[in-house]
Amino acid sequence: MNERILMCGNEALAEAAIIAGCDAYFGYPITPQNEITAYMSKRMPEEGRVFVQSESELAAINMVYGAAATGKRAMTSSSSPGISLMQEGISYLAGAELPAVVVNVMRGGPGLGNIAPSQGDYFQATRGGGHGDYRTIVLGPWSVQELVDCMPLAFDLADQYRMTVLVLADGILGQMMEPVAIPKNSKLKPAPSAVEGTKNSKLPKKDWALTGAKNRGQNIVRSLWLQEGVLEQLNYKLQAKYRQVQKNEIICEQYAVEDAEIVVVAYGIAARIVRGAVAKARQEGIRAGWIRPVTLWPFPAEQISQAADQFRMFLVVEMSCGQMVEDVKLAVTGKAPVLFYGRPGGGVPTVEEILDKIRQLTMPAKRQYK
Amino acid sequence: MKTVFKRTPTLKDCPTHYCPGCGHGIAHRLIAETIDELGIRDRTIGIAPVGCAVLAYNYLDVDMVEVAHGRAPAVATGMKRTNPDKIVFSYQGDGDLAAIGTAEIIHAAHRAEQITVIFINNAVFGMTGGQMAPTTVLGQVTATTQQGRDARSQGYPLQICELLAVLPGAIYVERCALSNVARIRQAKKAVKHAFELQAAGAAGLALVELLSPCPTYWHTSPAKAMEWIETEMTKVFPLGCLKNVTCTP
Repeated sequence: MNERILMCGNEALAEAAIIAGCDAYFGYPITPQNEITAYMSKRMPEEGRVFVQSESELAAINMVYGAAATGKRAMTSSSSPGISLMQEGISYLAGAELPAVVVNVMRGGPGLGNIAPSQGDYFQATRGGGHGDYRTIVLGPWSVQELVDCMPLAFDLADQYRMTVLVLADGILGQMMEPVAIPKNSKLKPAPSAVEGTKNSKLPKKDWALTGAKNRGQNIVRSLWLQEGVLEQLNYKLQAKYRQVQKNEIICEQYAVEDAEIVVVAYGIAARIVRGAVAKARQEGIRAGWIRPVTLWPFPAEQISQAADQFRMFLVVEMSCGQMVEDVKLAVTGKAPVLFYGRPGGGVPTVEEILDKIRQLTMPAKRQYK
Repeated sequence: MKTVFKRTPTLKDCPTHYCPGCGHGIAHRLIAETIDELGIRDRTIGIAPVGCAVLAYNYLDVDMVEVAHGRAPAVATGMKRTNPDKIVFSYQGDGDLAAIGTAEIIHAAHRAEQITVIFINNAVFGMTGGQMAPTTVLGQVTATTQQGRDARSQGYPLQICELLAVLPGAIYVERCALSNVARIRQAKKAVKHAFELQAAGAAGLALVELLSPCPTYWHTSPAKAMEWIETEMTKVFPLGCLKNVTCTP
């Protein structure tokens, strides 16, 4: 067992990325994720790896694109307004099928918004803020430990599917300190050169990477396909890949849903608060449970649909005006009522607020009007 | 029979998509010759811009990447920093480098990135249909300056070399033209020097600007386009080496 140390989410995820074999970090300062950039500026050179503070988020994501095109494991991090600027680059990464890891420590929006924690970027993350028919894998951890654990997963998924993996954290997770075990020698750590493939890994060989055309023909990394029908076929190929991701990579956790009359659905830090509210509701005799999607795309629609066959009611809790709730409704397909409680613009719901909502919704009519 | 000239291997033997009289073909050849003469083909990575030269990889037989409009210097940074043993060059037009990508080129130079930039200035946006570029000269008629570029409403031609030469991180900045044989020979020397510096590990960015003909959107003949570079463009964009500080690492 690894030693547990107290770390804030931003620094912990940065260290986890280094252990996961991140060759290069490119970033531009923005609150509330500045600890990542500062930590990487110190630790990456210590490990003989690359750190560059870019002139903008546009440049940062394109630096990632450049390093990724040569087969390196590259990442960037930012917060909501900066992630908006990166959408062009993420679309190009999708078109060129390059692996990349992007961390979004979400803050309140729209616009410059504020620097308080938020979950307002769910649409952007899961629908894709960039142009074209593409998907990114989105991970929504709920603790500093899970943030740590999802970094090697993010790099592996990126390499396996040649996709961008977005780690969707928020200002609380980034800033909050919790005890974490950071694996010293992760089994997931790749060999120094991901290009030649790895002996201990099932990850595909990066024979498409730009390494100089030595003893082979020219490699081209591109997203422009002008000939009639070629881009259509490429899109079908991308969609087939995305279906594989949907088939293989869904992660979802649930608690006490078997007998529940109300199932609360939340992700990230909001799910952490929901856990507390559901526990208290159970103590009061309310049959409540929760479902927590860890992968936000691919979304655990099947798990939620199954729950909808058996349970009376869903309550979706988000730190937004309601974004994931649309995915829950799509999964439930009208089989059960789906209600929503949210706090946008940096508002964080308390356990009591959510508990009150659960009480209201589950209260028998006669008690409600007593 | 004695061979006095032949196609260099890194320049592919294929039909071109460029218009008659376009300068891209010449610029591609100079780069291909340089790569072969320096023997660096197997460790060179090129970056194609958004613009007419987006298909540069159809002609240059090296590993190449296509990137978002203007972002080539950032992509080059990501490549070179993670692969210091490789030779990384970007090939960018005036819309790409001098309009949408101004921040990226200035900051790549400012960080002294060890990359080579070939900047094609033909005073117009070619691929989108001949609109004004930042480098369009005053009075020049384009699709978006139909009365001729007027400084009061459309600004002045942007001189990229002069802008970059003041930055310590830019170690070599030269402007050449592709308007006649003598000019092309000088351009070849400049392109080669810009690659040699990187191959030698010189600590900074090398940029060569090439004044290049676009007869299609200058609405003239290929021959007259060459003349226009000499008579008009060089007045606004004087030729010569603006900076050559060979810094060793």
